[in-house]
Amino acid sequence: MHVIAPQAVDTLIRLLAGDGYEVVGPTRRDGAIVYDRVQGLDDLPAGWGDEHAPGHYRLRERGDGALFGYVVGPHSWKKYLFPPQETLFRLTRQPDGSFVTEPGEFEARPRAFIGMRACELAAISVQDRVFLGQAVQDRGYAARRRDVFMVAAHCAEPGGTCFCASMDTGPRAREGFDLALTEVVDGATHFLVVEAGSEAGHAMLDRLEPRPATDTEQAAAERVWAEAPGKMGRQMPGDAREVLNRAFEHPRWEETAERCLSCSNCTLVCPTCFCSQVEEVPDLEGQRTERVRRWDSCFNQEHSHLVGGAHRDSVAARYRQWITHKLATWHDQFDTSGCVGCGRCITWCPVGIDITEEVTAVRRDPEGRA
Amino acid sequence: MAPETLQPRTDSALPEQAMAPQPWRIRSVRPDVASNEVFSWTLYPEPGVEPGPLPTPGQFNMLYLFGVGEVPISVSAITADGGIVHTTRAVGSVTRAMQELGPGAVVGLRGPFGTAWPLEQARGRDLVLVAGGIGLAPLRPVIHAALQRRADFGRVVVCYGARAPGDMIFRDELDAWAARGDLDLRVTVDRGTAAWRGDVGVVTQLIDRGGFDRRNTLAMVCGPEVMMRFAASSLERRGLKPEDIFVSMERNMRCAVGFCGHCQIGSQFVCRDGPVFPYPVMEPAFRIREL
Repeated sequence: MHVIAPQAVDTLIRLLAGDGYEVVGPTRRDGAIVYDRVQGLDDLPAGWGDEHAPGHYRLRERGDGALFGYVVGPHSWKKYLFPPQETLFRLTRQPDGSFVTEPGEFEARPRAFIGMRACELAAISVQDRVFLGQAVQDRGYAARRRDVFMVAAHCAEPGGTCFCASMDTGPRAREGFDLALTEVVDGATHFLVVEAGSEAGHAMLDRLEPRPATDTEQAAAERVWAEAPGKMGRQMPGDAREVLNRAFEHPRWEETAERCLSCSNCTLVCPTCFCSQVEEVPDLEGQRTERVRRWDSCFNQEHSHLVGGAHRDSVAARYRQWITHKLATWHDQFDTSGCVGCGRCITWCPVGIDITEEVTAVRRDPEGRA
Repeated sequence: MAPETLQPRTDSALPEQAMAPQPWRIRSVRPDVASNEVFSWTLYPEPGVEPGPLPTPGQFNMLYLFGVGEVPISVSAITADGGIVHTTRAVGSVTRAMQELGPGAVVGLRGPFGTAWPLEQARGRDLVLVAGGIGLAPLRPVIHAALQRRADFGRVVVCYGARAPGDMIFRDELDAWAARGDLDLRVTVDRGTAAWRGDVGVVTQLIDRGGFDRRNTLAMVCGPEVMMRFAASSLERRGLKPEDIFVSMERNMRCAVGFCGHCQIGSQFVCRDGPVFPYPVMEPAFRIREL
């Protein structure tokens, strides 16, 4: 196990940029930690943490220099691999009335992701199954996914809406990263323990000129890993799938629908939600047109459009679809849960609906008698 | 780090261009009911287009109108020279615009997608087809195939229900089928007219007349959901096992390959796992509201 100083994260960013990666990482903007291009250490949210509760998110100054002292913000890496908007095809009319279809020029530059949480690595492997594991592979996703250098930051202080421990996806990243950092901040002591998870990671680690961790430093990192799971504010019942598979007619969904605004915030912040719609965007002369894919949400009424009207017309049915898909039917479709326990849907729900509380309530009263 | 190597599912491998509309030309347009609300196109690929495999009865294509949009349309026949016939009801913005097109126009096509009717499973057995309204269109290629190899099946019973005589599609063909001795065509309408001499009432009463071997029959049902639900109950009452009943579902299919999420019914993607399902798989969808 190796140790680097905080300043070496700056070196890491610059080395990756020099290798041709577009380096994206956490940065503070508009009162939130978001993911955007970073050019060096100064762009990282040093000393900033965040508070999470249902419908509540606030940045707070930590009083230390921690680089990764926050939990997760409203963004996820999904926006880079499965962009919110993408032109799939451009079509051009031909003189004989026919047309020519050309693929959109999806951008697929090599990227480095800095500060990935374990839940976020898990979320990417969930989306891999959707976009790469079916009969057709999504061209753009496959191209963007091919060359990503992943720098994980193990969670030291999970937040109030976190429950990755109960989804078995974190808080310590186990696989899928090139490098993984454990940040230790204690008074004047501030260092990062580094592990490499791939050949590219080992090669990069050498260039950072780390020194071997002392017994004390290793013990400090191990303490971070050991203590983090106990700091989660939420827990998902282990039998959520079975609970929901029995709860299609549960009266709870009607009650939740009285609060749910069907705003789709939960699906937009979710790192695994993959629903999309394709819109036709023609030019004014009718000679060229584009097929543009945008994120969609099962909370939109149009999502279940049928000739006779929306199939899932009630908000209760839409909420049930979302939670049941996420935690139950996703297993049948992709052999994994669709939820990684990141807690974003709880934090960013304007009325604070809590996915763990919903499952717990249905579980406690399976017949809905109370 | 690169993704763990994920192999696309090989059971239904589709070409990469499964996402890209290819130009096909309309050779003929045929209005199928007096109101012109239902029409059939026979399509042929434009030069240079590599057509996919021929659709199997029950499958669908995504038809695309330049500058307008895309809709899933079932295949209602395949001509001897590789033309694909699609029967459409003009009910939405895309299908109404499609209705305006005549022979010679070029539209986009990608497919075929989805599961097929289990015709092989019906070999050596009686075959009961139950259709409601435009639901006859996806079953028509089954009738064509069954008549082509008539000796492979026992009795072939077609039960067709329409709202009114004027809403019945494929009238000429219905007359031709009715005249055959080797196909038992039963037709009913919800509301008759002064000239109508046939049955009036729901399609289930045609099933209740029996005339097929309850122990050795396979049934295929396509129509409005409420009709499919009652048809399945009638078939079960006549002694069919639920797993010998197949239904074709309609949902908001957009991408046709399991990416866009719109057509889910429980754990099923209708575009990928359907549209033809064994009845037991879809039974919850008929029972649970807004599933």
